[in-house]
Amino acid sequence: MTELTLVQAVNRGLQQAMHDDGDVILLGEDIGLNGGVFRATDGLQKEFGAERVIDTPLSETGIVGTAIGMALYGLKPVPEIQFQDFIYPAFDQIVSELAKFRYRSGGQYPCHVVIRAPYGGGVKGGLYHSQSAEAYFAHTAGLKVVIPSTPADAKGLLLSSIHDEDPVLFFEPKRIYRAVSGEVPEGDYRVPLGEARIAREGSDLSVFAYGAMVHPALQAAESLAESGPSVEVVDLRTLAPLDEKTVLASVEKTGRAVIVHEAPRFCGYGAELGSLFAEKALFSLKAPVVRVTGFDTPFPYALEHLYLPNAPRILHAIRETMAAG
Amino acid sequence: MTAEPVALPYDRPALAQALGADYEERLLAAHHWMTLARELDSRMLGLQRQGRIGFYGPATGQEAVSVAAGLASRPEDWIIPGLREQLIALVRGHSLARYVHHLFANDRDPARGRQMPCHPTAREVKYVSMSSVVGTQITHAVGIAYGLKLRKDTGVALAFFGDGATSANDFHAGLNFAAVLGLPVLFCLTNNQWAISVPVERQTHVKELAMKGGAYGIPSRRVDGTDFVACYATFAEGLEAARASPGPLLAEFLLYRMTPHSSSDDPSRYQAPDWMAQALAHDPVRRMEELLTRLGILSDAARTSVREEAARLVKEAVNEAESVGTPTPESMLTDVLATAPSPVAPRSEPA
Repeated sequence: MTELTLVQAVNRGLQQAMHDDGDVILLGEDIGLNGGVFRATDGLQKEFGAERVIDTPLSETGIVGTAIGMALYGLKPVPEIQFQDFIYPAFDQIVSELAKFRYRSGGQYPCHVVIRAPYGGGVKGGLYHSQSAEAYFAHTAGLKVVIPSTPADAKGLLLSSIHDEDPVLFFEPKRIYRAVSGEVPEGDYRVPLGEARIAREGSDLSVFAYGAMVHPALQAAESLAESGPSVEVVDLRTLAPLDEKTVLASVEKTGRAVIVHEAPRFCGYGAELGSLFAEKALFSLKAPVVRVTGFDTPFPYALEHLYLPNAPRILHAIRETMAAG
Repeated sequence: MTAEPVALPYDRPALAQALGADYEERLLAAHHWMTLARELDSRMLGLQRQGRIGFYGPATGQEAVSVAAGLASRPEDWIIPGLREQLIALVRGHSLARYVHHLFANDRDPARGRQMPCHPTAREVKYVSMSSVVGTQITHAVGIAYGLKLRKDTGVALAFFGDGATSANDFHAGLNFAAVLGLPVLFCLTNNQWAISVPVERQTHVKELAMKGGAYGIPSRRVDGTDFVACYATFAEGLEAARASPGPLLAEFLLYRMTPHSSSDDPSRYQAPDWMAQALAHDPVRRMEELLTRLGILSDAARTSVREEAARLVKEAVNEAESVGTPTPESMLTDVLATAPSPVAPRSEPA
């Protein structure tokens, strides 16, 4: 075990994968000599060479399209998109190509690419360094969407993603790249995809969150530890495919659900959870499902502290839900 | 409309130089494939009109390029196709029967009828699956070439795309990446002068699309794409150069689209009446037959027999494909992911 920040854990995960498997190739903007603008790939070009840690020209569609070709050939590319906000030029490659290769070729051309991208607000990044675009990708069949919230999960989920067979969008909460640290196992440590984590057990209400939002959710829950209610926090970890079993078991146990994400509310990931509860757990619910989310606006620069969900807003939603029934 | 084909300017010594000592054999093989392709297009467009297949994108007029690529490439080379390159898969060994099963989108289509016709996958001959999005395959060729170079594999990635694709994002990204990274890609630009209704003059302001390769530092040239001999020589030389010293090359094959864009298109809305005369004068199959007849390589009787053989092969494949049913409903749900359970049908649907 070593105490690492989340971004260091990403770095160690990449290092481990590259060490264990010569087919793993990194490519992206500024990732080589510079080690990435967040230093997620720091030192890796020096250790593994410029053939395996490639500084590319500035084109996201070029990065992802080239990674797809590498995967078709049989390599295991892990491209980095510098900010998730810049992934849209590659959207066509991701949803039209990457997600559909296996299906449209009848399984002849699986296409295993792990796209890493820092996402989310809280770093004073304005409209174009703060977005949470996970719902676009979770909506697309053929993709897996993974978001860690702790250093150990960052390494363990990343290694599982790289050793998976399917395309994975691996979104890293940049706000807690350095703000959160924790013990991370050494070596080829893997956390299975598709399994949510009960971050805190509780019996009266379940808060569902992922990525950076797990931490204010835990703060809100802890602040009620003495007074009650007893709040469970579920860290989804894999958004697609969703661990329905764990999520439904939690809401059936507590009967109340608060869903937290940074992305705008309308058609956000929380809408899927809310629908799931309506379809499969309606008779367990004691109160309406409440969502605590970003606003249905672009992401603001000066007012991001108002835009982003935080512990007081989550606490308010918890109290509102408890009062409702 | 009739027009005499523009003669291919070769005598026997020139053919020996371009195609090697066994040029007769190579020309006859090419003629066989070109004839088969023409038969396939004609028959399939007919079947589409009868409602027996859903869609068809003919390659009529582009046969010389595809046959040359198929014959000049080696098994270790990769084909990253656009819409009109299926013939390359057949020349490289993909069975006609499997391809026709795909056209019928039946249960023996290797991709279980998931794609529209003319979007086959043939991994056994390194023919990559394509989408219907224009140009996205160009960067895939770059990534494949990266693997070829990294693994010191002697293969070359052949990326095919049309004139319309030169306006798309991945054309620019792909050429740039391949040049900067020094990768063995042969960019094969099949300029048939039409992107559905948009003529190449409305697609670009440059005189020749090959000039765009130069902007990325890629050696580029324009080739007569209806001249099989020139096409073959271009592929043979380009593949050898890319193998010897990895780095991309671009060939613009000048073509004449001789049919509608697809079975869903009506060119009378946008093509001038004299277009077809020009196209027919550059019909690659007729130019090839004129050359072979003039040099005494193909007799009239042999030509008839090649055509009859092609008709028989296509007819057999169609009969076989029509005897196979549609894919099973369950097949809709597989191959989405490798490791996750298949998605289930919506709950509101009857079981």
